[in-house]
Amino acid sequence: MIELLHFQVLASALFCLGVYGVLARKSAVLILMSIELMLNAVNINLVGYAAFRGFEEHHRSLGHVLVVFVITIAAAELALAIAIILRLYRNRGSVNVDKIELLKG
Amino acid sequence: MSLGFFYIAAAFVIFGGLGVVLTRNIIYAAFALLISMVGIAGIFLLAFAEFLALVQLLIYGGAVVIVVLFALMLTRIEDFRNLSDNKQWPLAGVIALCLFAVLAASAIFSPVPTFDREGVGISELGETLFTYWAVPFEVASLVLLVALIGAVVLVRRSDHNEEVQEEGQE
Repeated sequence: MIELLHFQVLASALFCLGVYGVLARKSAVLILMSIELMLNAVNINLVGYAAFRGFEEHHRSLGHVLVVFVITIAAAELALAIAIILRLYRNRGSVNVDKIELLKG
Repeated sequence: MSLGFFYIAAAFVIFGGLGVVLTRNIIYAAFALLISMVGIAGIFLLAFAEFLALVQLLIYGGAVVIVVLFALMLTRIEDFRNLSDNKQWPLAGVIALCLFAVLAASAIFSPVPTFDREGVGISELGETLFTYWAVPFEVASLVLLVALIGAVVLVRRSDHNEEVQEEGQE
């Protein structure tokens, strides 16, 4: 029998994988992919709560609506981030985030 | 029975995620992301969110992974077969493990009252989306438009301003 707990633990594991990727990876594209993992972890949580909390008819679909919005925003964010990465590559010749230190004090 | 399916889908998700953050070849990382997204679509199906599973497959499996592959192709990352991680990767691992411990413990030790699994039908979802959430939905379309224009403006090979700059550098 699936419980809400399974969804929660799976979502937190995926979120932490994303956190590790963001902190440890060097390439900007890989950091972007890790951010996608984190967004999807949140989606799993939202869908899990929508399925298991037994809300009334009217409120139950709100979780799914939020997931739709998260996916929309993730797509927009991905397009912009890829554009910025391409720009960065054209200007600096590298997408290694360790080498980009214009703002370093 | 359904728990078995859940574990299969969860294995897809977790091993795909591990592949994204651990593999040395960046192309493999993109395909691992695809595996993870397919697993998440399976998880959505198990929560009776069939519309979201479809959207997940279309948007992530179709669009996002392809866009990421294009980005990899266009940026030609230095020795992409043999990536290295940051110097601070052990610290990152510790932070991620601690965060997982906190999140999992908080989920385990403070259970919320749950009911039987119950899905949201497509018609119900559409009704809510287009009545209750109609204005945010339209705003989301505006956000997409702005992102589209912004992306085009950002990557456009631009005017002579920059050429002058490049010549100056040379």
